[in-house]
Amino acid sequence: MVWKITDETFETITEEVILSIDGISLRAPQGQSLLMAARHHGFDIPTLCHHSDLPSEGNCRLCLVEIGEHPRTRLVNSCTYPVEAGLLVQTASEKVLQGRRMVLELLLARCPKAKIVQDLAAQMGIYESRFKTDDPEELCILCGLCVRACREVVGVSAISMAHRTPGKLVATPFLEAAEACIGCGSCAFICPTGVIPYTEKDGVRTIWGRDFPLQPCNVCGNFIAPTAQLEHWAKITGDPVEHYFVCKDCR
Amino acid sequence: MPKFESLDHLREYRRQLLARRDPQQLQVLVCAGPGCLPMGSEEVAAAFKEELQAKGLEGKVLLKESGCQGLCARAVRVILRPREICYQQVTPEDVPEIVEATLMNGQVVDRLIYEAPLTGSKIAHKSEIPFYRGQQPIVLRKLDVIDPESLDDYLAMGGYRGLRKILTEMTPEAVIDAVERSGLRGRGGGGFPTGRKWRVCHEAEGEVKFIICNGDEGDPGAFMDRAVMEGDPHAVIEGMLIGAYAIGARKGYIYVRHEYPLAVKRLQLAIGQARQFGLLGSNIMRSGFGFDLKIARGAGAFVCGEETALIHSIEGFIGEPSPRPPYPAQAGLWGLPTVINNVETWANVPEIINLGPEWFAAIGTENSKGTKVFSLVGAVNQTGLVEVPMGTTLRQIIFELGGGIRQDHEFKAVQTGGPSGGCIPKEFLDLPVDYDSLQSVGSIMGSGGMIVMDHTSCMVDVARYFLSFLFEESCGKCTPCREGLRQMLFLLDEIIHGRGEEAHLALMEELCAAMADASLCGLGQSAANPVLSTLKYFRQEYETHIRDKKCPALVCRPLLKYSIDPETCTGCLACVRECPVGAITGLKKQPQELDQELCIKCGLCFESCQFEAVKVE
Ligand SMILES: Cc1cc2nc3c(=O)[nH]c(=O)nc-3n(C[C@H](O)[C@H](O)[C@H](O)COP(=O)(O)O)c2cc1C
Ligand code: SF4
Repeated sequence: MVWKITDETFETITEEVILSIDGISLRAPQGQSLLMAARHHGFDIPTLCHHSDLPSEGNCRLCLVEIGEHPRTRLVNSCTYPVEAGLLVQTASEKVLQGRRMVLELLLARCPKAKIVQDLAAQMGIYESRFKTDDPEELCILCGLCVRACREVVGVSAISMAHRTPGKLVATPFLEAAEACIGCGSCAFICPTGVIPYTEKDGVRTIWGRDFPLQPCNVCGNFIAPTAQLEHWAKITGDPVEHYFVCKDCR
Repeated sequence: MPKFESLDHLREYRRQLLARRDPQQLQVLVCAGPGCLPMGSEEVAAAFKEELQAKGLEGKVLLKESGCQGLCARAVRVILRPREICYQQVTPEDVPEIVEATLMNGQVVDRLIYEAPLTGSKIAHKSEIPFYRGQQPIVLRKLDVIDPESLDDYLAMGGYRGLRKILTEMTPEAVIDAVERSGLRGRGGGGFPTGRKWRVCHEAEGEVKFIICNGDEGDPGAFMDRAVMEGDPHAVIEGMLIGAYAIGARKGYIYVRHEYPLAVKRLQLAIGQARQFGLLGSNIMRSGFGFDLKIARGAGAFVCGEETALIHSIEGFIGEPSPRPPYPAQAGLWGLPTVINNVETWANVPEIINLGPEWFAAIGTENSKGTKVFSLVGAVNQTGLVEVPMGTTLRQIIFELGGGIRQDHEFKAVQTGGPSGGCIPKEFLDLPVDYDSLQSVGSIMGSGGMIVMDHTSCMVDVARYFLSFLFEESCGKCTPCREGLRQMLFLLDEIIHGRGEEAHLALMEELCAAMADASLCGLGQSAANPVLSTLKYFRQEYETHIRDKKCPALVCRPLLKYSIDPETCTGCLACVRECPVGAITGLKKQPQELDQELCIKCGLCFESCQFEAVKVE
């Protein structure tokens, strides 16, 4: 088998197989992620670090499902586990719910003010964490979506995860102003808790310690995007940079 | 030195080598293993060299620096062959006497031989020393015989016979079959059947496959793999050659942590020798099979020993684990099928091929075959490296090989399996040790760490120690492990500081269960073991910390209370001079008083008192 976890639900390149989700026999393309297969069939599995445009890493562990036959079952993250013929999957077993609740309770202790965590926790009946909060203002849940977006979609890897558990954080190299950053703001847009600081004032966007002048449209004069970002596009596509100095509406 | 041009050439070379060697050759082997080296092996070896020269014995006596000789507690060790006389705690000053008495006159130097911890009886010969008698070395067999830098020494002990055998008479399938039938399971922790792993990789699609030797050994205090890489590097290489042939790999990596420079040096040297002799490279001994090896140096993090993290690290990425499947055997290094095995696993392979799977399968228990190397440390009389058949009881290992508990203290617990192992209490001393039995009592085999504890260890403190190691080393990628460890450590700290509540224990158990179930990699999945096992077997100790705010083992500083007994205090003022915060006051020659408010519980007064007037509870 070629290893490719795919999110595509309809255009499948692989053969369909039958598996069982919560006792119901279903068809799904072999190699598709269990998460996608389950969601496609209407099963509700919460996620925090999953995004259909980005490769899954299994970081947040909210999408846990239980696989296998009693008593030899185990929890796996459905975002990376591939559909296999005959697989028995439970999306809401006691074990799954226990794991999921604990993950949410831990995240709530880490980021008590993060709206998305509060909401997901509330859905499971958790309104308060029994654990200790180090920093009540903390908002980063370390889901890694920003890092992946910057690396996989933007293609510049301006930010990355630094350090291990005790001091883990999303950071620029050496914690200095991000040299590779093009100011596109993808990281801030994708962030589920809105923790990445980012301002726009007087034609300048400030993000990751750097100021990016915004490019006005050659026709209407409205700001399009940071000049650096447009230059990055021009470099990738090989088009002349002026091509990008006209906004979508005026093109 | 020749390059082996054919399989027969290798056999012929070995035959001539053995014919040239005199089995009665006098040999001095100075241990230069991980335990002895820092205690002065080099100086002892240099002293031997000088003394042998002075006595005109250079030609007659062969001097070697060997790998680990096992009984590390009595460093520096020297073994004299062929009589197998073991000397211990040898210093350069002892050397002239050894040369004169033993090498020249055949007499044993009594004061340098082994002394049994309990009976005090003296034993000179290796085979009679209880520490060695209970062992059955396969992986460690050559360590105190060969010079790790000599390919000839390895060949003389039957080295590369396994390679020759598979290339002359076995198909890759037959090799996999043999390893499967031997029952060999991975020695790196998980205990996964090695043959089955090889088969998956063998059957995986693809022309290009890799094999990796995991020599990361990040467990604090462990040195089994280091001892093998440093003491018998060719065994690892031969094992990997056999594995490569079986699965169809042409390239392999040995991943060694950067704290092991000598292992890197020895492996590099051995790889160079193997290449020079045509044992590595293309078309090995004209068999049509080609394989080469490279050393990858680890970045040092404990989690880099996890197989997917290790692979990322070789690829040049951050050493963080990724979810399995795909398993490395399906999609490993650069997305290609890869077999990754532990150092000790690889070192077993040549012997299995040589002596046959049936021989190997006859050793050990029903589901765990062969032997296991343990690093026996802690409160035992004889610490060191031991290799025993699977199924040997904890009691045998600790009391027979280890010589019992230090200072005749009472045994309290043994922690097996490295930082994420569990603590096993005395009820289970007669447990035959294998993968499954250890798991059944809440611990793991891990890579073979074995830390013995007596009553001076506080189990809450022990759990906290391992948890804080794991907290520092967890990569922080997944929520249950990262946040779970943070909270677990916080709860343990509360208990140790006398702020614990009974409800904490239930919360900790709940958290343990979730971490075990929901973490991404083995680190998080097993991180709860130290807490769970101590909660299970030593719950009372937790309760005493919480309810009575006392640490029965007198370890948890914040819970200790120092006081001065006015009856015994002579007023010598020794403690007053030691106390860094001036908490002790009183007149000279009068009983002193200790101010509990000021006391920081450093214990200096306790240590300084010659009259045992300072009490601690
Ligand atoms: C946190 C962690 C650390 C590990 N460290 C090591 C190690 O230092 N050496 C090792 O051989 N295996 C280590 N392992 C086990 C490896 O992931 C892997 O299972 C092993 O190398 C496979 O070889 P084996 O089947 O021969 O045991 C570690 C696993 C985890 C989860
Ligand atoms: S279990 Fe711990 S070490 Fe393993 S991936 Fe998760 S955070 Fe990293």
